This record gives sequence, structure tokens and C-alpha cells, in this order.
Amino acid sequence: MKPPHGNPEMPASAGGGSDSSSAPTETTTQAPTDAPTNSTATAPGTTSPEATPQSQAQTGQGHRSAWPLWEVFVRSSRGLSHVHAGSLHAPDAAMALRNARDLYTRRNEGVSIWVVPADAIASSDPDAKGAFFESPQGKDYRHATYYTKSEGVKHL
Amino acid sequence: MIPTDSHDSQARSGALVGVGPESATRITPGNALRPEDIALEVSTGLVKPAEDAAEYALRLGDDALILAQRLGHWISRAPELEEDVALGNIALDQLGHARSFLSYAGGAWGKSEDDLAYFRREPEFRSAHLVEQPNGDFAVTIARQFVVSYYQFELYRRLTESKDSTLSAIAAKAVKEVDYHRDHSAQWVLRLALGTEESRRRIQHAFKLIWPYVDELFLDDELTTRLAEAGVAVEPSSLRGDFDRLTGEVLAEAELEVPQVPAAPGGGRRGRHSEHLGYILAEMQVLAREHPGAKW
Repeated sequence: MKPPHGNPEMPASAGGGSDSSSAPTETTTQAPTDAPTNSTATAPGTTSPEATPQSQAQTGQGHRSAWPLWEVFVRSSRGLSHVHAGSLHAPDAAMALRNARDLYTRRNEGVSIWVVPADAIASSDPDAKGAFFESPQGKDYRHATYYTKSEGVKHL
Repeated sequence: MIPTDSHDSQARSGALVGVGPESATRITPGNALRPEDIALEVSTGLVKPAEDAAEYALRLGDDALILAQRLGHWISRAPELEEDVALGNIALDQLGHARSFLSYAGGAWGKSEDDLAYFRREPEFRSAHLVEQPNGDFAVTIARQFVVSYYQFELYRRLTESKDSTLSAIAAKAVKEVDYHRDHSAQWVLRLALGTEESRRRIQHAFKLIWPYVDELFLDDELTTRLAEAGVAVEPSSLRGDFDRLTGEVLAEAELEVPQVPAAPGGGRRGRHSEHLGYILAEMQVLAREHPGAKW
């Protein structure tokens, strides 16, 4: 298993130093129970977003970031959905929104922002891609185009 | 004069919806008032400020310019990368306001924004002493930001009603940005004051350092009185009530007292500055003066 991504200041003990590129964060929820390490969500160094600024400040040593990680979703205009734009560090939700505004809407990208504690996202296991996502392949009958129109049917 | 990008942005958003986004978010320049638009209006003679209005614009522009220069120093030095960008954004907002005000002011004397920013000497700057105060630690910068942004918000909010259409247009653009600066600094005042013992001690100390420079912002003089009577400018003293009330609310929530400190002598509006401004100008102007006409 890989450590929560995107935090280069994570202590080496929290993960193998490898970098996960796509998933917002790894969680143990989908991992097999006998996985070699199933404790990434509670690894030392991952900080809880519920923690107060005080405790964050006190745990901050040197220049290592003590702020928890947040995932940022930006809606570019009315009618479109929020799209994952990236992540950031912030001491709490209010500051995370402001940091997201500063980092991800500098070029007029958005009209609405969501921030979500990275810990709160349960994600699918990238190692289980086959079992999870390859099943629908080849099942053409799940697409409307598979079927031919019956004779005499109107308004299709 | 203002470029419309609607076709372009529609085309791009269409592509995103149809094919799937190459970038997660869509980038557009928007179509707000830009300093370049004001410079063009001035250079083509479309607008020309009266001497008084130009002097007034110079004050507002110099405040924004010196503050931007001070804030720019934080880039790569803030406590966190995110805060680096936040302070950098605020600096760029201020620099934008400075460019607009100086472009407009320069119209009265046939000078460009660069002429005014890079080739004036210290006594010719009209900025208040507050903005030239050193950054100090993060708390001092936040305390300075807190005072400046609440002052600028009250000023620009009223200046949108100015009879000078360029000043009102600049203020209308600036007031929204300064509103965010207020929020940014207030959030940090609360967190520093109610955070740890150390952060509380630092923000208390910071307000003690900064507060002597508050009074100068609200001093009227002959220029502001003349311009206020003409409906062009705002009497600085008329902003004080709202400033005290709104900053007072945040300070009360942060359980901080307004520091009881004597006011500094001031004099920035008359070109009398503290020892700090010379160093700021030296750093800001050296390249333009060493290599006149250089482009970068």
C-alpha cells in the first residue's frame, strides 16, 4: 500500500516514500484485511482535520508542515459540476477554503469551491482495477446502441 | 478597449464538456478594468485628471505600491506555501491598484506609471507611514494588513460614488479585492489571538507596534477637504467611525484590546517619511534606474 499522496513532508516512517499519483488518498476500507500494511490512515504524521489549530501548532516542528491535507473541488460555472482541482494544506476548513481560492481560482477558474478533508475520502484500490472496473467491458448489451429498433416504433 | 473573451471561453468550455477536460478547471482572463485600459485612456487624452485629483490618486497609489513592495518580500518566506501564495496574491492586488492610480495621476503631468514608481525621490512619495513599516514576524504583517485593509475597504467603498469616473471605476474594482484582504487578515487575527500562548503574545505585540500609525490614515488636510467638497474624494476622518466599529468587532472576538499607544507624528502625505522608505525605494527602483528603459 502507498502512503497518502501529495504530502512531501510526511515523515518517512509513515510510508515507503513512494508517491501515489492518482488517488486522492489511500484508505483501508477497500483493502484486503490481510494487506501487508493496513494502517496508512492512522500512520504517524497524518494529522486529523478535526484537530484544533493549537494542537497543530504545537506539533509543528521545524519547517515540517503540521497542517492537514485537504482536497479541493472547483466549479467553473453554473450548471457544471465541481471538479477535483488539487490539494492543499490548511489548519481548518475556513482557511482551507481561502487557500483554495488563492491557489486554484487565480485565473478566474471558479464560481464555487468545495474543500474536503483528504482523510474523509474513501477511494477505490488502484491495485484492484481489474476486479473493480474491467467487468463492464464487453457487456455491450448495457448500451442502448446494442439494440436494434423494432419496426414501427415511433419517436426514437 | 476592454477585450472580450466570451467567444474564446465559450469555445473552450464547449470543448471541455464535449471531449473531457484536459485541465481540471477552465481559465479565463475575465474582463475587469485593467491598469492598461486607464493608461490608454490617459495617453489618448480621453481622460485627464485635474491637479487635485492627480495628487489624491498619487496618495492612494503610493499606499498600495509601497504595501505591495513590502508584501512581496514574503514570497518564499511565509510560514506555509499556501500562505506564501495568499500574501503574494494580496501584494499583486495592491500592485494592480497602484498601477491604476499612478497611471491616472501621471496623466496630469505627462508621466507614466513607471516614471512615477521608479523615478521619484523619497520626499515625492505620498504614502502613509503605516505601509512602510517593516514586515516583522507574520503577526506584524497580519496586524498591518488588518489595519490597511479595513481602512482601504471603507475608503474604496465610498470612493465608488466619486464624481471622478476614473477614481470611482478603480475603487469599484479594488473594493472587492480589499474585501477579501479584510477577511484574510481577520481570519488570521482570530487564529493568532486565540491560538497558542506564543501566537497570542505575538499578535498583541504586533498591534502595539502597528497602532501608532493608524491615526495618520484618517487625517484630513486642505487637499482632501477641497476634493470632498467637490464630491471627488472622501474625507479620511469620515471613515474612522466605521473603521473603529468593524475592527473593534474582530478585536473583541479575538479577545484583544485596542492598544493604548500614542500616535506617531506621520507626515507621509507631505513627503516626510521614516527611515524605512529609503531602503524600500532603493530595492524597488535600482534596476529601473541602473538600466533606464530596460524591458523585462
